[in-house]
Amino acid sequence: MPGITREEVAHLARLSRLELQAEELDHFAEQLDVIIGAVARVSEVAEQDVPPTSHPLPLTNVMRADEVRPSLTPEQALSGAPASEDQRFRVPQILGED
Amino acid sequence: MTELIKYTAAETAGAIARGEVSAVEVAQAHLDRIDAVDKKVNAFLHVDREGALAAARAVDAKRASGAELGPLAGVPLALKDVFTTEGMPTTCGSKILEGWVPPYDATLTRRLKDADVVILGKTNMDEFAMGSSTENSAYGPTGNPWDLTRIPGGSGGGSAAALAAFEAPLAIGTDTGGSIRQPGAVTGTVGVKPTYGSVSRYGLVAFSSSLDQGGPCARTVLDTALLHEAIAGHDPLDSTSIDAPVPDVVAAARTRDVRGMRIGVVKEFAGEGYQAGVMQRFEESVELLRELGAEVVEVSCPSFTLAMPAYYLIAPSEASSNLARFDAMRYGLRVGDDGTRSAEQVTALTREAGFGAEVKRRIILGTYALSSGYYDAYYGSAQKVRTLISRDFDAAFAGVDVLVSPTTPTTAFPIGERADDPMAMYLADLCTIPSNLAGNAAMSLPCGLAPEDNLPVGLQIIAPAMADDRLYRVGGAVEAALNDKWGHALLEEAPAL
Repeated sequence: MPGITREEVAHLARLSRLELQAEELDHFAEQLDVIIGAVARVSEVAEQDVPPTSHPLPLTNVMRADEVRPSLTPEQALSGAPASEDQRFRVPQILGED
Repeated sequence: MTELIKYTAAETAGAIARGEVSAVEVAQAHLDRIDAVDKKVNAFLHVDREGALAAARAVDAKRASGAELGPLAGVPLALKDVFTTEGMPTTCGSKILEGWVPPYDATLTRRLKDADVVILGKTNMDEFAMGSSTENSAYGPTGNPWDLTRIPGGSGGGSAAALAAFEAPLAIGTDTGGSIRQPGAVTGTVGVKPTYGSVSRYGLVAFSSSLDQGGPCARTVLDTALLHEAIAGHDPLDSTSIDAPVPDVVAAARTRDVRGMRIGVVKEFAGEGYQAGVMQRFEESVELLRELGAEVVEVSCPSFTLAMPAYYLIAPSEASSNLARFDAMRYGLRVGDDGTRSAEQVTALTREAGFGAEVKRRIILGTYALSSGYYDAYYGSAQKVRTLISRDFDAAFAGVDVLVSPTTPTTAFPIGERADDPMAMYLADLCTIPSNLAGNAAMSLPCGLAPEDNLPVGLQIIAPAMADDRLYRVGGAVEAALNDKWGHALLEEAPAL
């Protein structure tokens, strides 16, 4: 099993929206390499003809009636927002300069 | 007054119902205890003095009006800070949720309130329940009441420590890989991971949704059963909630009879890494079960050796997805929003500032395991292991009623010893993880002190899904026999704080 490089960790951090510091990258790369080396043992079963289990309960499509029910008010829903305006979440720019 | 904190939950509720003591007196005694010892223990992240006393007053008023009180009315409880509580802060041990006050109650919180349980406050935990020592809390570690320089287990170390320090007779934990059972084991308290799907996850901040399970913690098996009964049951707000009757765990806890039961000792839970004193107490417990009339056999579950690797792929994978909700947009921390940065940059800066090291490690590990090119080898294989583990359990339970093992390979280790060594930390959950992967039910209860360090050892009992009552039947019998042998409960031997 291949290990994990510092560059891969930096890429994964970007995908995960984590602005890691340089020293964190060094440290995590080292630790994750050890962890991945240890967990890679699961691939022993990769070739076995065994169905995967994603969940302990064999449930599919749990439905409920489509009824109007009480829910949070806009004020309650916005009560933890870092910023809000006109009953909406106020967010930083999402489309960049144009 | 001091002895009120030593009462069991069952004794407390009885005394309140008979009018021998008021719920307010009980709540005040526990709040005083928290004031006296929690600076040392750090079990609580938030103590709701006014809320607790108001809830207690309501119980006293209810009794005065002649209304019948429920079996836990007026009993104080410590709630793990991972369940939402309307009007009370919920941090999950993370800086990213510092100061957040949820606008709604978790179903479990609502059920506790409906049962007239008095919620004292919220307990410390590893950040987002990721850890086995409570050292990953952004708010400082919790001390183990048996030795404050040692860990109380994790992630629910605050809840277990609150019980062992007599700050509350009841507590709530969540168990994703052992976070109820391992803290129970190392603090000499009782904890149960109910069958997956039997306690609602609505309002439980998600770590790994296919593994997370809330459950009861207490100092006695009967108290644990009473709390289990109060919180379990179908919830339409949780689509993975099981719509079936909860087994009668309270009656089972009172049975105290294991004659004729078949008990399996899992062969794989022994050997290198297992402390001698832990194995000694475990083997004595097995012998005790034989003396009590159970039939003990050895069983083999060969796939369990792959449980830990599978868990550390599945849980981080689900966490990397679940924790994407902390995006600095709708609630929680936001940093770096200076008007020039994009939402994406603000999200990345906020998550960097708001998450601790273990959470970041697991998000990256999970993102890696789910990446194309690695998915089949890692996440896909881990899911196959999950099937193999369930098959091992099915085969074992075809021949026995419950399985037993030590809960943890070692007693409580010193704070700091494994803090920056993730692999060493992960070994604490070796015996508890298989039940999370299979979704069945398991308990840890105290079975003595390890001779080499005088620290508590936990006995784990595992039952098939929806047979949670068997845990209480066996646990109640073992507890009664051990207390009989010792002449007192194990916690009586804990040093004064």
